[in-house]
Amino acid sequence: MKRGPAVLTGVHFFNGDVACAEGALAAGCRFFAGYPITPATEIAERMAERLPEIGGTFIQMEDEIASLSAVLGASWAGVKAMTATSGPGFSLMMENLGFGYMTETPCVIVNVQRGGPSTGLPTLVGQGDMMQARWGSHGDYETIVLAPSSAQEMFDLTIAAFNLSEKYRLPVLLLSDAVIGHITERVVIPAEEEIPIVNRKKFAGPREAYLPYLPDEDLVPPMVAAGEGYRVYITGLTHDERGYPSTSPEVQERLVRRLVEKIRRNARDIIRMEERGVEDAEVVLVAYGISARVAYRAMELARAAGRRVGWLRLITVWPFPEERIRDLATRVRAFIVPELNLGQIVREVERCAAGRARTIPVLRPGGAVHDPREILAIIEETFHD
Amino acid sequence: MSRWEVKIAGFGGQGIILAGYLLGKAAAVYDRRHATMVQSYGPEARGSACASQVIIADEPIYYPYVTEPDVLIAMSQEAYMKFAAEVKPGGLLLIERDLVALDTGRSDFVRSGVRLHALSATKIAEELGHRIVANIVMLGFLCALAPIVSPSGMKEALRSSLPKSAIELNLLAFETGYERGLQVGYNLAGNPS
Repeated sequence: MKRGPAVLTGVHFFNGDVACAEGALAAGCRFFAGYPITPATEIAERMAERLPEIGGTFIQMEDEIASLSAVLGASWAGVKAMTATSGPGFSLMMENLGFGYMTETPCVIVNVQRGGPSTGLPTLVGQGDMMQARWGSHGDYETIVLAPSSAQEMFDLTIAAFNLSEKYRLPVLLLSDAVIGHITERVVIPAEEEIPIVNRKKFAGPREAYLPYLPDEDLVPPMVAAGEGYRVYITGLTHDERGYPSTSPEVQERLVRRLVEKIRRNARDIIRMEERGVEDAEVVLVAYGISARVAYRAMELARAAGRRVGWLRLITVWPFPEERIRDLATRVRAFIVPELNLGQIVREVERCAAGRARTIPVLRPGGAVHDPREILAIIEETFHD
Repeated sequence: MSRWEVKIAGFGGQGIILAGYLLGKAAAVYDRRHATMVQSYGPEARGSACASQVIIADEPIYYPYVTEPDVLIAMSQEAYMKFAAEVKPGGLLLIERDLVALDTGRSDFVRSGVRLHALSATKIAEELGHRIVANIVMLGFLCALAPIVSPSGMKEALRSSLPKSAIELNLLAFETGYERGLQVGYNLAGNPS
């Protein structure tokens, strides 16, 4: 077996899927289990080629349920692990996703979205899984969802997803789309030592003192790996600090509140966005993924026509940047939200705007991106009202 | 400062996507500029309509779709019929001579000021050894006619992207297309717009 470097430092011309795979390897991912599906297949393909070169493991599983099971197991064996899919596979992962939140298992799940529902449009773009990513598994939980807008961000945000999953001990989702998965662009991979890597907190005390779900002050419990000599007990049932199942409402309160609070309290650390021209804007475009790039063109066209239009790109979609939208709502006339679904993130914007600014959806159910002129026409309308 | 929007269209199996990829790679990796490539194709591996869209610029590219190409390479009749009217005045329209009939019975096809050049790229490729390099012959032709990417960057992109056994033939195909382009006798200096 030939040996290659884990980090391909240099300038490349990669598609988003390949960049995602390289980001995972640079983040320290050494296990991938998945089932091929358009438009995410190239991630699995690249991992199948690269992981064996660097001493990692690639498994093509029988389906997406087993894929996520294997990933959760690998993480508990102490290995950074990832899977990648698209809508139909993402639906199959929902049960195990909840198991991942409940057992606080760090891992990364990539969904390169295509048009849905069901098998929908295999080769064409969609952004219809944004709410499923937030609420798709049953019960109360908080999650972290990142939405890349370029091949470079497929690399960068895959690393960020691993770091966040290790820091806060939960599955982190990278919600891309078919255009960003397949767009081929310049991707710059920095030197290995310039890539910040976060590893999970490990418990190093005596075996008898180990309580697998006793959190530190940051609400995150240190972790051990199976086989290190500590007692490991992993259950999806409500469990106490020892990891034992419990049916007590107090234990439920303590556990589920903590799962939610460890993310909510750290929202500022987690949330990232990019803004242009928001300072003097009367109207702000809010978008993510490929739609943010289309919206950017619409903003340029509107600015060229003298309209004071700003652009806010969500990099973190969940937790949603509530504070920023609330703040902007007090000083802009309207938010315009183009997305490739029939109304998902626009609801969040509307909720945060709370009537202080208008919220205008520009929606398509996937299949193709917007024409920037279509967004421009909506911008013009808001100035004529 | 120059910005180029290029559309390459034909049918699956002609190396349309690869041609777009190589052009973008030459710009992004070897000429150190910004480049994006998006592709569209049918579910079939061969025979269906296929297009790649490449944008090359000095500044970051947000909207990655070509709306008014500076250059169209049409490798099939369907591609010509579908996209020829989009080419910007002053732009380049390069066609595969033996696969595109210009007499379409319509007069509104190509906008005035568009420079049209036909090349028997597939026939040239066959004479060189294999029709599979027709796309590279066309890229050579393009590079001689417009300063989109440097010829040295293109050759580096070929060397770093293709299997070893294919490099020699592809370099020859590029050089041959390039020579044919030089014979045309002009080069679009800078952006036609």
